[in-house]
Amino acid sequence: MTTNSVPARAGRRPTPVSLVSWLMLVPCLVVFALFIIWPLGKSVSLSLHGSDLFGRPDAYVGLQHYKDMLGSAEFRHILWVTFAFVLLTVIPGVLGALVVVLLLEQHIKGIRIFRTAFALPFAFSVASASVIFATIYNPAIGLANGLLGRFGVDRIGWLTDPSWALISVAITTVWMSIGYNVLVLSAGIGAIPAEINEAATLDGAGGFSASRYITIPLLGPQLFFLIVISTIQSLQGFGQIKILTPEGGPEQSTKTLVYSIYHTAFANNASDFGAASAQAIVLLVILLACTAIQFGVLERRVHYK
Amino acid sequence: MRTGRVVTYVVLIGAALLVIFPVYYVIAGSVMSPGQISSYPPDLVPHGLFTGNYKGATSSGTPIGQQYLNSILQTSIITLSQLITSVLAAYAFVFMKMWGRTVLFGLFLATLMVPWESIVLPNYLTITSWELNGHGLTKTYAGTMIALVLPFLANAFGVFLLRQSFLQFPVELRDAATIDGAGHWRFLSRILLPLNKPALTAVGLYVFLSAWNQFFWPLLIGDTASRRTLQIGISQLNDAEAADPGLILAGVTLSILPTLAIVIFGQRFIVRGLTAGAIR
Repeated sequence: MTTNSVPARAGRRPTPVSLVSWLMLVPCLVVFALFIIWPLGKSVSLSLHGSDLFGRPDAYVGLQHYKDMLGSAEFRHILWVTFAFVLLTVIPGVLGALVVVLLLEQHIKGIRIFRTAFALPFAFSVASASVIFATIYNPAIGLANGLLGRFGVDRIGWLTDPSWALISVAITTVWMSIGYNVLVLSAGIGAIPAEINEAATLDGAGGFSASRYITIPLLGPQLFFLIVISTIQSLQGFGQIKILTPEGGPEQSTKTLVYSIYHTAFANNASDFGAASAQAIVLLVILLACTAIQFGVLERRVHYK
Repeated sequence: MRTGRVVTYVVLIGAALLVIFPVYYVIAGSVMSPGQISSYPPDLVPHGLFTGNYKGATSSGTPIGQQYLNSILQTSIITLSQLITSVLAAYAFVFMKMWGRTVLFGLFLATLMVPWESIVLPNYLTITSWELNGHGLTKTYAGTMIALVLPFLANAFGVFLLRQSFLQFPVELRDAATIDGAGHWRFLSRILLPLNKPALTAVGLYVFLSAWNQFFWPLLIGDTASRRTLQIGISQLNDAEAADPGLILAGVTLSILPTLAIVIFGQRFIVRGLTAGAIR
């Protein structure tokens, strides 16, 4: 903990430090109160109210939205799509980055070029990445089918086939996140004391066995952090779904919870802020649970130190 | 051992090519003629520099130029404001005696756990209910810009990063400044900030990147194309010009220039910001 505090200044008019310091926090506090804390309460309240023709809140309906949601097959489908999307993005994103980082550790030449290459997707916003992939996935003139066609593979309806749409959106998401994952794992490897690797080399562990028994276990905290953070980001994924599959995909195959919140609140002619808010509260609870797991486990540490 | 080496390089180069390919394709495709980009089998190396896509992207029904300015305005205001509010708050947390400091800092951190998507609806209702000069906020240009930035004028992430950095500031230096008669303001502006440039740069670039890349909120705010941000602009370009991929890619290339520059030249600074939570 910090013990910083400015000593009283002799010979000057004493300033009420506590008041000044509170004033310095006021800009942040006002923004947080207006746009985070109050809306949090308002979300709960909205979820307990019905909606008028324009989607604006009207009569109190109690837990009706929650009952409707839990009893509907559509909502179960949405949760399933959300869960599938998390699996399809987190597992390849983290495993792919781990393989890359372990290979980068093998004293290869040109490591800086590789690092920069893997960092490049950072520069891409969700919109720019999604638009590029939309171009690549284009069924008629897109590159994905063009290149596969050269190997005699039939055209794939990347975004129009219900069994492919979610995978295609997940590929885009993995591409966007791989750079960050590589970066976190590289930083984690950099923090492993050199003596450990030297001792392992002296004991005859190299290459694969060093990775298996030393590097991966020591990367435990970073791997765990990445899994949780990627899960949280996947659960919040929206832009790529909206841009690549504007209507939530063929047969609602890409309709995740966040997309459904947007759709329920803003869809033409069916705007319902009450029902959308109930879904937003479900999202909040799921994400808070993820964060709680993260803090709970990180406190106990993943590996022995 | 030898074959292991070869496999390492093959896998790494393959992975790097997969990651780089979309980056290459957006730039290469933006200078390909319409005939070349949709040719079959695909032809991946541009035949010379075709500039028609850029002319098309900047003169299409989607006003990319105006949207570029909107994004610059929105991003600059958010970045500047978050730097100022974060410096003030981090300074108070580290260098000032204050009642309830620990609890307040806990509250700041707690705001980071609230996902934007779970509070976006009430915020939308609030912002659209506010008025400026008798017009709804989102009904005028100035109002739209205000609506775009208001919820993001402060963020606890910047406070958190700067606090970490300020905490490492040598106690002796601060004591020396105090003995020399430097008050809080003088110490902050003349000594602390100049010595914390790397942390300030990290926060600034991080905020810039995330503001520039925002999608959900700008999608809801902005009633006409000329009041929208660039991110929404390129996604609408994608819908409107689907038959002309070169033109779309030219628009995307223009939109990533600022962030590409930041990632290539400011890499070491963003690494610091992005991994702040990961390495303990």
